Amino acid sequence: MSRELGIQAIYLASSVLFILGLKSLTRPAFARRGMQQAAVGMLLAIVGTLFQQEIIRFDWIAGGLILGTVIGYPLGMFVPMTAMPQRIAISHLFGALAATLVGVAEYWHGGHGSTIGHGQMAALGFEVLFGALTVTGSFMAFGKLQEFITGTPVTYRGQNAINLALFAVTFGLFGYLIFFPTATFLFYLMIALALCIGVLMVLPIGGADMPVVVSLLNSYAGLASSATGFAIGNNVLIIAGALDGASGFLLSVIMSKAMNRSFGNVLFGAFGTPQVAAGAKTAEGLTVRSVSAEDAAMRLGYASKVIFVPGYGMAVAQAQHQVRELAELIEKKGGEVKFAIHPVAGRMPGHMNVLLAEADVPYDKLYDMDAINSAFPETDVAVVIGANDVVNPAARNDPKSPIYGMPILDVDKAKSVIVLKRSMNPGFAGIENELFYNDRTSMLFGDAKASLSKLVSEVKAL
Amino acid sequence: MNATAIIQLYVFVLAGFVGYLVITRVPPLLHTPLMSATNAISAISLVGSLVVAGANRGTASAVLGFIAVTAATINVVGGFLITDRMLRMFRRHELPEGEKK
Repeated sequence: MSRELGIQAIYLASSVLFILGLKSLTRPAFARRGMQQAAVGMLLAIVGTLFQQEIIRFDWIAGGLILGTVIGYPLGMFVPMTAMPQRIAISHLFGALAATLVGVAEYWHGGHGSTIGHGQMAALGFEVLFGALTVTGSFMAFGKLQEFITGTPVTYRGQNAINLALFAVTFGLFGYLIFFPTATFLFYLMIALALCIGVLMVLPIGGADMPVVVSLLNSYAGLASSATGFAIGNNVLIIAGALDGASGFLLSVIMSKAMNRSFGNVLFGAFGTPQVAAGAKTAEGLTVRSVSAEDAAMRLGYASKVIFVPGYGMAVAQAQHQVRELAELIEKKGGEVKFAIHPVAGRMPGHMNVLLAEADVPYDKLYDMDAINSAFPETDVAVVIGANDVVNPAARNDPKSPIYGMPILDVDKAKSVIVLKRSMNPGFAGIENELFYNDRTSMLFGDAKASLSKLVSEVKAL
Repeated sequence: MNATAIIQLYVFVLAGFVGYLVITRVPPLLHTPLMSATNAISAISLVGSLVVAGANRGTASAVLGFIAVTAATINVVGGFLITDRMLRMFRRHELPEGEKK
């Protein structure tokens, strides 16, 4: 009894440390130490668990802990920051896999349902259902981000009807199992269908919608962990899973809002396909002004206020170090440099911030959309690096545009704009961007990294 | 519904509520570390995996437990390390030498 009490005390301490760790993330200066305390909480919980009376053999445990550490260490230490979205996606897979397997093992242990009560079955069913669909969903997201699965939405006739039918059947099985836990075959059928749902759910979602999907899978993985806690009667699992679930849910809401779309629209909309509204403006009869690196460097070198607007293009070109170099040069010449970060720039929440931090840009120069939009009218030069839809003024003034209403960075209000872009291909949504045809906009064509390197040497030569 | 289940539900709802209140105040700057942090924390499902792997319920159960322990450990080790690596990169602008905070 006293041992059990001790273990529960340890779990309680761990839970407190987890919450304090998350709270530390509200202040960047304290975040690192807070998360280290949370890691200590995790260590405590693991060691405490090993003292549980139920655990009598340690060979399999030791093997798993060692193998997991061997795989986990390089995933933590050596994955480059540019690969962070897929790294996060794959970690949801591991978390959900653990929860699902525990669920299956508990089902076996409960005599294939014969000694499992209705309440416990509800928890177990939820656990394996959400766990399984997160496993395959995360794998698909990982594949799309790693680009071995096509990033363009895959759609076919009747897709939504098929998916909805699949959802209905799977949740129907879940409901049935709660009342009849011994329906072993249906239990495994439910897992199989949930695995299919994960694949089919992510298949029609385009690369640029990944921030929402990754957040949502984060939430599901958390809920699956939480359900594990319900099923095996462990409060620290319930708490940690609920924290993760809340965080993922909140991030998905923030991401959806930043794209001016609902959850349902992201999941069932398949945005990238030929959805170009009939009335959307086309580029016919409009001309763009291209600019040479020399002229662009001249303007940057003598500007007093410059804002950089990074997008996914910067991540693809891995140009964050060149951006930092250019920014430092401009500052040396007396200009003031800020960075404007749109919430959905990149492939996951906070993607741009991490890349720029890696390149040693101080975080007090990174501004959120709401904090920086008022600064554009006084800005001499706004430099757009591989961003498109998040700076498209059509979102503000063309009610027929598919992205109308989406909050954007008001780059078009700057005194002049330089857009670094590979070519005139429209962005993922296939929408023309009138910013590019604006009188005050000049285009600097070419690979972002190469263009920036050229700008750096030109500004140096000024 | 028995008493334990009701208490569990209380814990879940209150923890979710605390999570919501805390996480709304995390700045967008740290959203990626937040994601990797919550992911590492929810790898606490390792606790459940350990029991499955070590309770001597037969080979099949042990193998499932072994895989689950491995997967969860990957997230614990990799998750906390990568979060720390990211947080280490976030620094403020030009602090004078020797001055903290």
